[in-house]
Amino acid sequence: MNMFIYVLIMAGVTYMIRALPFTLLRGEIKSVWLRSFFYYVPYAVLGAMTFPAIFFCTGSVVVSAIGCAAAICAAFLGGGLVTAAVVSVAAVLLAGLVM
Amino acid sequence: MGAQLGLPIALGYLPVSFAFGIKAVANGIAPIWSIIISMTNLTSAGQVAAADIIGAAGTYAEMALTTLVINARYMLMSISLTQRTRNFSMGQKLVTAFGVTDEIFVIASTSVRTVTFPLMLGLIAVPYVGWTVGTVLGSFAGGLLPEYLARAMEISLYAMFIAIIVPAVKRDIKILFAVAVAAAISAAMYFLTPFISSGWVIIIAAVAASALGATFFPRKAADGE
Repeated sequence: MNMFIYVLIMAGVTYMIRALPFTLLRGEIKSVWLRSFFYYVPYAVLGAMTFPAIFFCTGSVVVSAIGCAAAICAAFLGGGLVTAAVVSVAAVLLAGLVM
Repeated sequence: MGAQLGLPIALGYLPVSFAFGIKAVANGIAPIWSIIISMTNLTSAGQVAAADIIGAAGTYAEMALTTLVINARYMLMSISLTQRTRNFSMGQKLVTAFGVTDEIFVIASTSVRTVTFPLMLGLIAVPYVGWTVGTVLGSFAGGLLPEYLARAMEISLYAMFIAIIVPAVKRDIKILFAVAVAAAISAAMYFLTPFISSGWVIIIAAVAASALGATFFPRKAADGE
């Protein structure tokens, strides 16, 4: 098996998946249902990516839950993406030291 | 502006691509090839699966099919993104398409009022550099980073996602419904159908949750996005 061909296949397939909609879909979606559907997609993707994975990413469910709670608090109080990320990592490191 | 939004993604990508670099080398892939894979693919789950296939000397057909299945979710995201990039030239669209990842798509869809090509360039370029640098470090110096630090850094990506969800829910409570349904389906599938890859879990959960949201909480065409 040739490494160059492996990479060519994976890169080619991945790019085709990403680019096809851009070349085929030019117009505006008019249907209210479809527009609503695509309005919710990014948030649904976020929900599916974050849960339950966040609880298993540090190796301890309790430590992860503390990091998750810290991120929610930071975001609720108006912290941006970087703030939430830093607060969460700090909480995980601290919790890991204590536990 | 785009680069600024891309920075937290790049930081979140570092530990993930670092882990990919370690895994690729463990599978017998030369560092230069693992770096080329990262620079041409820019996808986490797809590359990890590919590293396993290469390590096991799998067939080309297996490589093509696995890549297609795991990365199929990008098609959904690209379709959604076409609605925000209608004024791009075809060349600009083809460049944007290369950078459609879960994180970049989500930021482009939720964190800016209008998407411009310079913004997309920054939003893609900075995470791309993070993804590449992480792979370089993981391939050549995988053993040097203390494990507790690497693991703690992994939560930064999820913290970022939460920091996107929370203000959106404050603005429009209907979004909480879509997020909760998607999270519930994702969690149920994680425990009940562990043989289904994470790429498919995201597709199934996102499509089901968004379809339910569109059915029960449709948005009038006049609503701003």
